[in-house]
Amino acid sequence: MSFTSSIKTLWHKLGSPRWFYQMSGPWVIGFGIAALVLLGVGAVWALGFAPPDYQQGNSFRIMYVHVPAAMVAQSIYMSMGVAGLVLFVWRMKLADVAIAACLPLGMVLTALALFSGGVWGKPTWGTWWEWDGRTVSTLVLLFLFIGIYALREAIEDAGLKARASALVAMIGTINIPIIKYSVEWWHTLHQPASFTLTEKPAMPPEMYLPLLVMVLGMYAFAGHNIISRMRNQILVRESRTHWVREAMATGG
Amino acid sequence: MVQFESWASFFAMGGHGLYVWLAYGATFLVLAISYLSVRGARKRLQQELSWLSGEGGGATQEEETKL
Repeated sequence: MSFTSSIKTLWHKLGSPRWFYQMSGPWVIGFGIAALVLLGVGAVWALGFAPPDYQQGNSFRIMYVHVPAAMVAQSIYMSMGVAGLVLFVWRMKLADVAIAACLPLGMVLTALALFSGGVWGKPTWGTWWEWDGRTVSTLVLLFLFIGIYALREAIEDAGLKARASALVAMIGTINIPIIKYSVEWWHTLHQPASFTLTEKPAMPPEMYLPLLVMVLGMYAFAGHNIISRMRNQILVRESRTHWVREAMATGG
Repeated sequence: MVQFESWASFFAMGGHGLYVWLAYGATFLVLAISYLSVRGARKRLQQELSWLSGEGGGATQEEETKL
């Protein structure tokens, strides 16, 4: 077998719902345990042990839940955009499963980022909401998640449903750099990024280490939740196949 | 190092307790609901599918629940 054909077989395997289902059982458990430990340790650290901000006092602890929710929501949207591209180029069924599985958590985490942002803003700047670049582009992100969800509910035909949601998912990725650079383009209320995974943080380690733990915990939770939803979706779509019946009979 | 002298001051969060606990409460509520919804769906599916798959074996399961 030549190199390209073995790459092709691997790609086919990756796109096969059955292969994904059979491989992903341990991933779900791993992500679940990681999420539980990281979010548990991170929350205790953030609430009781991280030093208060010299300007904002203890309301600054809201950052430890606000930033992870916002970061992971944006990453989930980007994954949906990539899945949309994969669906368009290779017509991979698993990509549509992934888009469907990303929607619920992406939606609630975006809503959560907006909510915790408001709750942080009230004692810090005296307002729950401000029409500022970052808040508006995050609101657009929420509407994109809701829009794709509604689109999927409205379209009956499975093929059309997959293509339409993949297209909107791809187009909507334009919004992600807008969210990212909004704090630099419009110097309004929202403070600049407190944290990125790639740059050296401005905060002291006793402040950013609990944030890092919370961010990783939120990513692990997303891994657990999205892969679990993908597995459920696969069972529904393949419910008539022999392998699903066999897996269910043995409790897999 | 622990930042609070007592449980009362921990809950008060220097006067920002309402905001801090609202944000953390909402976060962990959302995570709990997300987890329970996906687990519930999985359990319903397993029940449905194992019943469907048991053209032969499912009957005994049905009888068991009757008894």
